[in-house]
Amino acid sequence: MAVEAGRDCLRGLSRTSWQALNLASTSAPFADLNHAALVAAALRLNLNVAAMDFASSTRVGLSALIEACRAREGEQLVIAADKRGAKPGSVQEMQYGCGAAALACGSGEAVFARLLGAESLTVPFFDHFRASGQSADYHWEERWVRDEGLAKLVPQAVSALLERLALTPDRITWFGLSGGPARSDAAIAKALKIAPQSLLPDLQAGVGDTGTAHSLLQLLAALERAQPGDIIVIAAFAQGCEVAAFEMIKPLPASARRGLAGSLADRVEESAYLRLLANEGQLELDWGMRAEVDQKTALTQLYRASDQILGLVGGRCSSCGAVQFPRLPNCVNCAASDTQQPYALDEVPARIATHTADWLQYSPAPPLLMGLVQFDGGARLLMEIVDVGADGLEVGTPLSMRFRIKERDRQRGWNRYFWKASPMSAV
Amino acid sequence: MATGIKDKVAILGMGCSRFGERWDCGSEQLINEAFGEALLDAGIERRQIGAAWYGSALDRVNVGNSAIPLATALRLEGMPVSRVENMCATGTEALRGAAYAVACGAVDIALAIGAEKLKDTGYGGLPVPTKGTLADLWMPYGSAPAGFAQLAAGYRARYRLSPQELKQAMARVSWKSHVNGAKNPKAHLRKAVEMETILKAPMIAEPLGVFDCCGVSDGAACAIVTTPQIAHELGKRESLVTIKALQLSASSGREQSTGEWDGSYVQNTRNAARAAYREAGIDDPRKQLSMLEVHDCFSITELVTMEDLGVSADGQAWRDVMEGVFDADGALPCQIDGGLKCFGHPVGASGLRMVYEHYLQLQGRAGSRQLKNPTLGLSHNLGGVPYNGVCAISIVGLAGV
Repeated sequence: MAVEAGRDCLRGLSRTSWQALNLASTSAPFADLNHAALVAAALRLNLNVAAMDFASSTRVGLSALIEACRAREGEQLVIAADKRGAKPGSVQEMQYGCGAAALACGSGEAVFARLLGAESLTVPFFDHFRASGQSADYHWEERWVRDEGLAKLVPQAVSALLERLALTPDRITWFGLSGGPARSDAAIAKALKIAPQSLLPDLQAGVGDTGTAHSLLQLLAALERAQPGDIIVIAAFAQGCEVAAFEMIKPLPASARRGLAGSLADRVEESAYLRLLANEGQLELDWGMRAEVDQKTALTQLYRASDQILGLVGGRCSSCGAVQFPRLPNCVNCAASDTQQPYALDEVPARIATHTADWLQYSPAPPLLMGLVQFDGGARLLMEIVDVGADGLEVGTPLSMRFRIKERDRQRGWNRYFWKASPMSAV
Repeated sequence: MATGIKDKVAILGMGCSRFGERWDCGSEQLINEAFGEALLDAGIERRQIGAAWYGSALDRVNVGNSAIPLATALRLEGMPVSRVENMCATGTEALRGAAYAVACGAVDIALAIGAEKLKDTGYGGLPVPTKGTLADLWMPYGSAPAGFAQLAAGYRARYRLSPQELKQAMARVSWKSHVNGAKNPKAHLRKAVEMETILKAPMIAEPLGVFDCCGVSDGAACAIVTTPQIAHELGKRESLVTIKALQLSASSGREQSTGEWDGSYVQNTRNAARAAYREAGIDDPRKQLSMLEVHDCFSITELVTMEDLGVSADGQAWRDVMEGVFDADGALPCQIDGGLKCFGHPVGASGLRMVYEHYLQLQGRAGSRQLKNPTLGLSHNLGGVPYNGVCAISIVGLAGV
């Protein structure tokens, strides 16, 4: 999700001019591994990017953005992503969502919104926690969270910020709050005398609470609506409150980005609860002996081929021009030796050449859909095909690339990441 | 100038175990069963064999790697024994090694044996593959049927067939092999089935149902080869069977990694067939060949192979199949022994099993499935997947044809 959001944000921007990548998540898969480094590789960012993980609290999505906006030099990419797990039957299962958002920060002509200021309030208000190694959060009573937490702490932080910026509540055009129960944003806005029409979509009903990503998603919603001069205030409640104020200084430039609205429209719906449980790993199913195969990854090999595997970078033969994947010493078309120049395929249009639905091989979401994917410009690659809607697949179906988990090595806790192909949405 | 293998090697003896779910046998017993028959057929002593080639494809569920398991199973003390592996072309590779050894005069008599023990996996189908540390990182490892099912999508798109038309022709391929397999006492599946049953079978990899897939079997097959001259000296004068062609083609990545292949054919088969016909001096395969044993791992594979071998025109194999051209009483009988579909497919043994049937047919020893006066038989193996694999073709025939 982080890579997907990052790719959308980077549409029309350089991939190789980044000072920093700030990645925020409370649900990143590894305890000791720089996830920002993994995401930077998948996004094909410049190698001298400073890659930083922000973790352990849902408010760090906004912290990562504030940090980037305050940087004195260079361009900063900020991504927040959370895949929030909850136990079947819990309130959180109903409330939580999964999502990611990305924002590019910097200075100069392209900037259309600026950070006016930010305020932190940090108190040991622990309304929920998740112990290391646990898959679900433990929550305290919602009424206490609302009355003793949100109602007291958020106004304190927001007021301090407004006072410092010499802004009155009526100047706030857009207000978003996350980290609390549904409708707490309206109650807080009322207490702060912020106009009700300023409330940004809380995304609680359709998306759910996406943790660190929520502040950024709300900011995206604001940016998609705001006019020059508008003031946007985004607050994230967790162990106190993080709050930031932005000013829209230019209209949002037209771009090919999918954005929040586009991402919500581009979807494959799944309403079968059992399938959802299975997808979340909440059901102990018999996956059969074919699932027993050892998925040990040679980390040496992964590093040697890291641009190919993580960045979907194939090769283009400098002798005959053939584009190919994988990039091997000799060209697949003319057999010329050592002529392969790196050639990224992740944004190249592609179509199905052959396909099948495999009911025999193990897949966590059977059947395993796979086929030869033909890229415009010549490259061809056998790929797994995912997120196939009701229209199904035919030879010629247009595809786009998605960065996904290829396999999980359950024995060692490693995830093998690679790209899969997905039918282009009609949206 | 290379002169090819034609008529330089004669088959002295052959053997083939019963194929099937041989729960009571390990590879050692299967090897012994095929070898015992071949040795008796050849009329020689074990010590007269100068070198041996052992083919097994899936060593993890078999007897392990190297040639040692063969040398141990048959107690081939002090003999040069090699192991070869080339997916489903493994059995033919063993034959190629042995044939080349006698053709070049390195040894007088050589042994080729292939064996596979597939029913020690605990599940149906082939073991889940891995393809090395790099491919593991990007390649989706579908099942074998998923690899070949893609031929159906490509073939249907190219020739604009409806799903029903192609499914019907695929079913007809399997139906014919079941009719043939029922007559073969060594076959894994010995039961004729109705078209309706085939068409309605549960889906494995769309559009391949259970009956579009071949048997997953245990088995071994064996050939003892020598030169025609030595065969004569050993008293083999009647119906001597010689090798006419042994050809191989492996994917270089062109089909899988470039836009040239449309999914409707198998380039390796076309390459190997062209070379084999040249080596054997065949210019009209549909007329000159008496019988075919092709790699019908899946019904769609056999159908497409008819075009790749040039015995059906491109886009016409499905019609030829429906018209019975490849039935036992058709113009060019195919899978007269039941094929992979019903004889079974112990991977490393299959290439040799196909030659075994031709050998029996050419010598008039095929019992109730005997064809009338066959002179040339072509066998064909396809390893891997249609777009990334290996094809082996052997042509055997009566000496002097």
